[in-house]
Amino acid sequence: MTDIIASRRTLIRSAGTGLLSVAAIAILGDMPALAREAGKGNGVSARQGDIDILNVALGLEHEAIEAYQIGAESGLLQKPVLDLAVIFQGHHKGHRDALSGAIRQLGGAPVEAHSRADYIESLGIAAIKNQADVLKLAQAHELGAANAYIGVMPSFGGKELAQVCAKIAADEASHWSLLTAALGEPIPSAAFLFG
Amino acid sequence: MKWAPVIAAAFLLLPAGAAIALAPAGDAVRGAQLYKARCGSCHSLDANRVGPAHRGVVGRKAGSMAGYSYSPAMRASRVVWSPQAIDRYLQNPQQMVPGTKMGFRLADPGQRADVIAYLQQQGRTVRK
Repeated sequence: MTDIIASRRTLIRSAGTGLLSVAAIAILGDMPALAREAGKGNGVSARQGDIDILNVALGLEHEAIEAYQIGAESGLLQKPVLDLAVIFQGHHKGHRDALSGAIRQLGGAPVEAHSRADYIESLGIAAIKNQADVLKLAQAHELGAANAYIGVMPSFGGKELAQVCAKIAADEASHWSLLTAALGEPIPSAAFLFG
Repeated sequence: MKWAPVIAAAFLLLPAGAAIALAPAGDAVRGAQLYKARCGSCHSLDANRVGPAHRGVVGRKAGSMAGYSYSPAMRASRVVWSPQAIDRYLQNPQQMVPGTKMGFRLADPGQRADVIAYLQQQGRTVRK
């Protein structure tokens, strides 16, 4: 699983890059308000809590991007699931760019991604043996991410950031739904699937 | 009229007292599912990820998990993660430890109790 299929890497990375720009531009439309807010009063210190939360979210996006990359390069994913993984990775790159932009505009420094070796260990990649395992990992990540974005919304000092997180949470929820369908699992019958 | 402030104070205090008395008992089985769904994007039991590893967290000093990069605020907090401290933290992390990186809130008292019960159980589980 940890062996990399190098020939796929360039294709996957370039496909993801093309997708991320559209998503990033769409969400970055909210960002001028942040710049104005950061320039008021106490500036960075007044929004440090928001910067910290956004950086945790950015850490999640880094992890998701690398997880999809590892999955896509593994040779375990077959079309059309492979195509789905590449599209989802592109969304996460869009989220990464939007969050990084917001952090910078608030005067903070975006966290960097960890090494691939770190993600392989922390995500338990060695135990993944087939396509269903990859989908299960992605499904769990998307569910957790949707819940995480919903769970941090009340902590933001700026409502505009909560709206950004709501947009990202909706993407994660969509990913979870599609992955759940790809796994052939039923959708829960109870209301409030997330949060 | 003299009693009015006393009565008012008693009413103000009642909800807090009632909340303590009615704190739900946690269910570790439900807590396992909740932990996976609500905490699992950032945390796991045995690996430092976006957040620190959680096995054995109950009773541990805050900011002491080896290999995890904590905020200065968490390292300096002097919090010990009792069940009550975890419950309070999950209600509003940044209010309890200003400057912590975590902003996630778990509003439901029953869900917090379930997650805490799971963390307590896993702290007792021998890692295989």
